[in-house]
Formats: sequence, C-alpha cells, structure tokens
Amino acid sequence: MADDHYYDPGDLARFSDIGRNAPDLARKFFEWYNAVFADGALSAREKSLIALAVAHAVQCPYCIDAYSRDALEKGSDLDQMTEAVHVAAAIRGGATLVHGIQMRHHATSLGM
Amino acid sequence: MSRVLSLASRDAPLASTSAQRALLARLPLARDFDRAAAAAGAWPLIPSAVTTLQINVGKLCNQTCRHCHVDAGPDRREIMSRETMALCVRALASTGIPAVDITGGAPELNPDFRWLVTEATALGRHVMDRCNLTVLLTAGQADLPEFFARHHVEVVASLPHYRAANTDTQRGDGVYEKSIAALKRLNAVGYGDARSGLRLVLVTNPVGAYLPPAQASLEADWKRELLRLHGITFDALYCITNMPISRYLEWLVESGHLEPYMERLVSAFNPATMAGLMCRTTLSVGWDGRLYDCDFNQMLDLEVDAGAPRHIRDFDPDRLAGRRIVVGRHCFGCTAGAGSGCGGSIK
Repeated sequence: MADDHYYDPGDLARFSDIGRNAPDLARKFFEWYNAVFADGALSAREKSLIALAVAHAVQCPYCIDAYSRDALEKGSDLDQMTEAVHVAAAIRGGATLVHGIQMRHHATSLGM
Repeated sequence: MSRVLSLASRDAPLASTSAQRALLARLPLARDFDRAAAAAGAWPLIPSAVTTLQINVGKLCNQTCRHCHVDAGPDRREIMSRETMALCVRALASTGIPAVDITGGAPELNPDFRWLVTEATALGRHVMDRCNLTVLLTAGQADLPEFFARHHVEVVASLPHYRAANTDTQRGDGVYEKSIAALKRLNAVGYGDARSGLRLVLVTNPVGAYLPPAQASLEADWKRELLRLHGITFDALYCITNMPISRYLEWLVESGHLEPYMERLVSAFNPATMAGLMCRTTLSVGWDGRLYDCDFNQMLDLEVDAGAPRHIRDFDPDRLAGRRIVVGRHCFGCTAGAGSGCGGSIK
C-alpha cells in the first residue's frame, strides 16, 4: 500500500484481489456484477451512463476512471456523459434541498 | 473542411510504411500475433475461399480524417487506372467471387469508379461502396444516390456518431451536417428501406484510444436516435476498431496512447475471432494492382506471401489459395474483444 495517499490508480486493475480471502463471495459478486451490465430492458450503453452518474454521486475515483472509458466504449459521447453527471448532481442537490422541508418542520414546531 | 493534412503532404516520419512497421515492432508487448494465433490453434493462418474482392481504387479523398489508416486526402494522387480495373474485372469474370468491395480514399472520386461498378454488376456480383457520405455533396456527384440505386450497390457509409460532436472531431468541421444531408438523399431514393432491397450500412469507429462498442447492442440506439433526430433510416451498424496505422498511429504516438492502446488490443485478444477474420475470405487489390491479404496490410506495404501471385494481372486463385496470410502486430486490432473487420464485429 502506498504510504502517502489513500487512492492508487493501479488498484483498479487489482480489483479481483478482493476475492483472496473470500473467493466464493467474490465469485458471486462478479457474476452478479457482470449480469447487471448486460443488455436487458436497458441497453448496455444506458446502464454504463447510469454507472457513470452513480460513480460521481458516490465520488469513487476508480469508478469514474472505469466508467468514463466504458461509456465511450459503449458508444456514448461526451455531451451525453456530461448530461449524466448533471443528473447525478441534480439528485444530490435536490436531495439536500428537499431535506430543507424537514428543517422547516423542525423550525416551525420549535417556534412560537 | 480539413484541419488535418496527410502524412505524405507533411513528409512526416510515419509517411514511411517501414517506419510504421518498425515503430510497432519496437513496442514491449506481452506477445506477438503469431504466438497468440498459435495458442488459439490457428497458426499458420491460411485463407479459405475468397468471397470478397476488395478493390482500393486510390488514396484521393475530399476529407482528411484524423484516424485514416490509408493516409488519404485531397492531396493524394495515387488512383487506380482503367487498365488495372479491367484486370480486376477479368479476375472476377474468371471466378465465382460473389462480392466486390470498393474502397479508397473516396472511391467515387476515381474517374473510372462508375465504370468499375457497372462492369462488376454486369457480371452479377454484389457491389459494396465504402462511402464517406460528404462526397455525395461534391461537384459532379449529385446523382450518385440514383446511380447506386440503379446498380443495387450496397452503401457502407462512415459516421462516427449519431450526434455532431464526435463526428466533426474525427472527420472535420461541418462533416456531420453534410453527412446527415447525404443520408437523407440516400433515404430519398430508397436506401435504408428494407422493402427497396437497397442496403445502407453505417460504420462507426471510436473517436479516441478505446475499443468500439458492442455492435448489436448499439444498433438499436442508433436507429432510434437517427430517426428521432433526423428522420433517417438505415439497415445495419458496423462497429470497427481503429488500426494502429498511418494517421491513427501518428495520433496514438503524439497523444501518448500508443503503448497502452496496443497493450489493450493484445490483452483483449479473443481466440473466437480467428475463424471469422476477413483476411481469410478477402483478397485486397491496391491502386496499382498489387495484392494483399487485407486493406490494412496494404497500407503497411505487406504484400501477399512470396509464393503467391503479387499482382492482379497474375491472378491465380489456386496459387493464392495455398498462401499463408501475412500478419503483424496491427492484426491484434482485428482480434480484440468482439473482433473487427470491414463487415463490423466478428462475434
């Protein structure tokens, strides 16, 4: 492990190492993971854009790296990828703001 | 339209095919193509019956795309003569090769292009034209859609994306708008309408250092979006891998992507693609009549195996059938992932 930072780009390629101490769990996870991204009711391209948006919402640099490439390889362009990131940002922003209603309830109940 | 000049016109180091081959040979890759093919049980690589005669009628083009493996452009003057075309027609007439795939450059700019199409279709052969679309809007070519339709030419047209940004990045400013106008002209004469029998195929290449999308998955997206955005219909989408040759090779070097891209191609080697490689069923003819296993070998000056006839004037299907296909590191472009060829994905 690197001593001076938490994230190392090289760790992305070592993702499968997570199975070393729990191989059955890892196998189940990766099988399910691969099945999730196959063409289904949503196309593989649409799923890749969702993954890119979620990667930004959870702010995972490994996922942003992987799904920036994947979105291009699935046939999206940069305009579509940028709009996907805006969707993630809008939900994060909206989620913050809609909690303001809770704030208002609390403030109202505490006030005169 | 063009922001890019051909390697030849700039006298760039990679205008030399030997420099390109040497550059690829120097890369520290995990393995070479022959070893990968051997591990897949497909070595030596030998051809099966030729089903497509691919004729490259020259390097002249009205565009200068950034990824062009031909190094084509408006400045290139190497085009096939009527005499060499006649040798191609003679070879066709002497065999049952069912398909003729005409490529370039922009093949339509060769003054004898229509003669070749007419002769090949008169022999009853299925003719494909690899069209850059914008050529339909150039001087003297306005009647090309009607010409294609009259001869039932299959139009295989390049369009990197159904939206503008990627198309103009790869092919030049304004190309998207002209390509859409050209597709509408083709639709107007019946192309892209299954009832007409006039087949229109679109071809997309990645606009960068990554692999192409899964063809079957993406085709539905493209059909929906081109219909929604422009009312355009087409029959099929081909997804083709960019080959590390000529201008795409230069871009890989200048952008620092060459080694990672080649490593990606090597690591994505898919043994299941070997049986469907286009070099096994295609014979490629250069503008000067020389013979190659594919258009990519042609652009690297890798002629057919020394024991086989090397010019279309000496065409001999039996001797060609006994040849070994010539390979190099660029061949990993055809075997990566789902595989790639002039007919799109292999798997």
